[in-house]
Amino acid sequence: MESIGDLIIAKYNYWAVITLLLIGLYAMIAKKNLVKKIIGMNIFQTAIILFYVSIGSKKGATIPIILHGPAGSSHAVHAADYINPLPHVLMLTAIVVSVATLGVALALAMKIYSQYGTLEEDEILEKIMESETG
Amino acid sequence: MEEQFPAIIVAVPLFAALLVTLVWWFDNRFCFPIAILAGTVSLAASAGLLLRVLSTGVVEYRMGGWPPPVGIVYRVDHLNGLFLVVISAVSLLNLAGSRTIAKKEFGEKLGAFYALYLLFITGLLGILITGDAFNLYVLLEIASLTGYALIGMGRRRAPLSSLNYVFMGTIGASLYLLGVGYLYLITGTLNMADIARILPAILPSNVVLLAFILCLSGLFVKMALFPLHAWLPNAYTYAPSTVSSLVAPLTTKVMIYVMFRVTLSIFTVDFAFNSIAVRLPLLWLAIVAIVMGSLLALAQKRLKKMLAFIIVAEVGYMVGGFWLGNRAGMNGAVLHIINDAAMTLCVFMAAGAIVYKTEDDRLSSLQGMFRKMPVSMTAMVVGGLSLIGVPPTCGFFSKWYLISGGIAAGQFAFVAALIFSSLVNTVLFFRFFEIGYFEPFPPEKTRHHGHTGYLAQSKEMAEAPLDVLVPLITAAVLVILLGLFSGEIVTRVIQFAIPAVIG
Amino acid sequence: MRTLGLIAAFCLGGLLFFISFDFPSWGDALSPASRHVSPYYIEHSLEDTSVPNIVTAVLADYRGFDTLFETAVIFSAGLACFFLVRVSERQVPAARFYRHLATGITFRIEKGGRLPEGTGEFERIDSLWVPYDVIIGMTCRLVVPFIQLFALYVIAHGHHSPGGGFQGGVIFGAAIILFAISTNLRRTLKRMSERSSALLSSLGVLIYAGTGLLCLFMGAGFLNYRALAAILGVDQVAARSDGILIVESGVGIAVAAVMVWIYYNLSSAGKQDEGL
Repeated sequence: MESIGDLIIAKYNYWAVITLLLIGLYAMIAKKNLVKKIIGMNIFQTAIILFYVSIGSKKGATIPIILHGPAGSSHAVHAADYINPLPHVLMLTAIVVSVATLGVALALAMKIYSQYGTLEEDEILEKIMESETG
Repeated sequence: MEEQFPAIIVAVPLFAALLVTLVWWFDNRFCFPIAILAGTVSLAASAGLLLRVLSTGVVEYRMGGWPPPVGIVYRVDHLNGLFLVVISAVSLLNLAGSRTIAKKEFGEKLGAFYALYLLFITGLLGILITGDAFNLYVLLEIASLTGYALIGMGRRRAPLSSLNYVFMGTIGASLYLLGVGYLYLITGTLNMADIARILPAILPSNVVLLAFILCLSGLFVKMALFPLHAWLPNAYTYAPSTVSSLVAPLTTKVMIYVMFRVTLSIFTVDFAFNSIAVRLPLLWLAIVAIVMGSLLALAQKRLKKMLAFIIVAEVGYMVGGFWLGNRAGMNGAVLHIINDAAMTLCVFMAAGAIVYKTEDDRLSSLQGMFRKMPVSMTAMVVGGLSLIGVPPTCGFFSKWYLISGGIAAGQFAFVAALIFSSLVNTVLFFRFFEIGYFEPFPPEKTRHHGHTGYLAQSKEMAEAPLDVLVPLITAAVLVILLGLFSGEIVTRVIQFAIPAVIG
Repeated sequence: MRTLGLIAAFCLGGLLFFISFDFPSWGDALSPASRHVSPYYIEHSLEDTSVPNIVTAVLADYRGFDTLFETAVIFSAGLACFFLVRVSERQVPAARFYRHLATGITFRIEKGGRLPEGTGEFERIDSLWVPYDVIIGMTCRLVVPFIQLFALYVIAHGHHSPGGGFQGGVIFGAAIILFAISTNLRRTLKRMSERSSALLSSLGVLIYAGTGLLCLFMGAGFLNYRALAAILGVDQVAARSDGILIVESGVGIAVAAVMVWIYYNLSSAGKQDEGL
């Protein structure tokens, strides 16, 4: 029977990730300003990156770089001594993807701004309504 | 060389995209030939691969020479072998028809357009062929990013629609990624076959269930299943013509393929159809999507927007057919992916040709168009008849399978929704037909030009150029040919694509 | 929208929170993720590729195919930003600012006015120009070469320490962007034109994809660096190590160039005239 303290220590990182995820999701849905939405999107993606990285951690293990270099092939490498490298690799990819998405989103926001002169979604929709009826 | 086909299918368009980027700074003219060449090589390799799968069974290709759970593998079976051919053929056909229209739409940025086009194809083909759950995400993002850029270049509301698509698409892809993360957490592997091997041992597990829900809801956003469809109509309507005829037939279909793949190859049939009770809720979701998509299509006044809502309804067909959970339904769903790709290509290319000439896609402005653009309008009618489901065209046959699957499963609501949607499509296309054929070319367009103006106008309003028409006619012929050979396709290929467990 | 957002967030959050109790504890060395595939990488990467940094080995070799497309993603982003916001150079901006070098007087020249370019007496300045930038300009000029050197070190030393193509490429790109911020965009464009940044970003990915195709034509699979042994004249394990270095340099070039390219387009709203 584990105590509540142990439970919190074992899971708090996942909860932090969930909180971040929700902040991002809420900002994307509820905010009216497009740049705020873009920031929300970035928080959302970052939360997932944190989630993966926390999968990779191992108690008592160090960063996944083998200490003695190529000459040290005589000494055995134990998997328990190094943290899981795979999530780090995957997240390097996810970071790049999120940067790329951010770039494209900002370019689109820039195009929208030059078109309508505002980044508030309701004002843009108003202008669209005007131009379609008038 | 034959054993290298899986790598070639994806590597050649990527390489060509890079080459186009290098070349276009010096000369714009080489971009189109390079793109066509790459598309042809990809198509040839896909066809060769499909033949090989048909004769020897599943083909596996190890990237970098590493065996499955350690490295990334490509795995081609009947299901994705077939789709590879279809998707590369559709994208090549659209590419062939894009030259004149793209030159008008993109001007100086033509080279960037072709590079993005090729990257988009690379992403889609990679999604189809890969056997690794994370690799699929990376390729999904390539296809999405290039899609956002291509759509954002349209006129009027396009940037705003594209940004909305960015938000929804990112939520969808991220949810999928989170689902894959849950699977990785519980199994320790990313290879689809390896996950499927490990999963039965750890079931029942809440984590797996949540992973399933996350993956599917992510994909539902990406494929625009009804309540999550909001990004699609505007994005497809305001996109440049060459882009909407590329994105509309391909993106949603590839996403539906991913749903098939994730359900069948990762979570296994036993889990998805027997252990958890998601089959009926998802079927009802599909029914709602069909009905709502059709109703919303009925309310549209613009040609491209109407077609976009028809796609929303069609997504419901395929999702519903799949979750019927019997052989006929799945046959229908797979066949409908192919047919829908062909007929959507046909109608969107025809719409592109019409918009290219008229610069207006309001339905009311199509008066008398049959006399002005007979070929484009006929192609539109062929595509429309297929969307309705009239016998010689391919749409009839997949709908037939879907309906018989619905009857076999006892899901009469699904059958009713299909018939309802066909009726709505009939109304839509006959309205279109009536405006285009029976209503005369509007006199007010010509009156203030006087007599000479009328002549000039009628010359101006001639048929689209030949290099737009030839691929369009090919697409229309393809719609009929696919119908004539649909029996062959089902017995030779699709039969083997569906797991034997499904009766 | 606000209530909808709250409902969506709480539904998803509740679900995720509830399921998190079924997760293995944080840092559990016996969790499935730490037991199934990852021990293979940790225990075999040195003998397979002779690269001590396991992340690099997995990134560029075991899962090198992911990384190829990761590079392609960043390349698409550069291309997409160009495609979306770049406007033709023929459109002259509404007004331009010039400073008379001898007197320090600033002129504002309206659209259609004659531009005093090429006389040598005037200097074009941005509307957001900060007058006293001598210290900033000099410091940045001094720092930029060292940052670039460090970037090259990060790329080259990725086999043995944290680093690699992406990190080094970003640092290299940041150095050029720093130069652009501390001086102005036009001067940076003279050093590194938009065309060369585009060509380099394409070239970087081309190095990666080309290495893959070369392996394919040498008879091994796509991206199987083992095949490079014959060309490089080393054994197969060393060929993998060298192959990783080649593709990492390709990644570095691509990332640096794309960063600069995106900056050019985003900072000037596609006009490539006045930067930040």
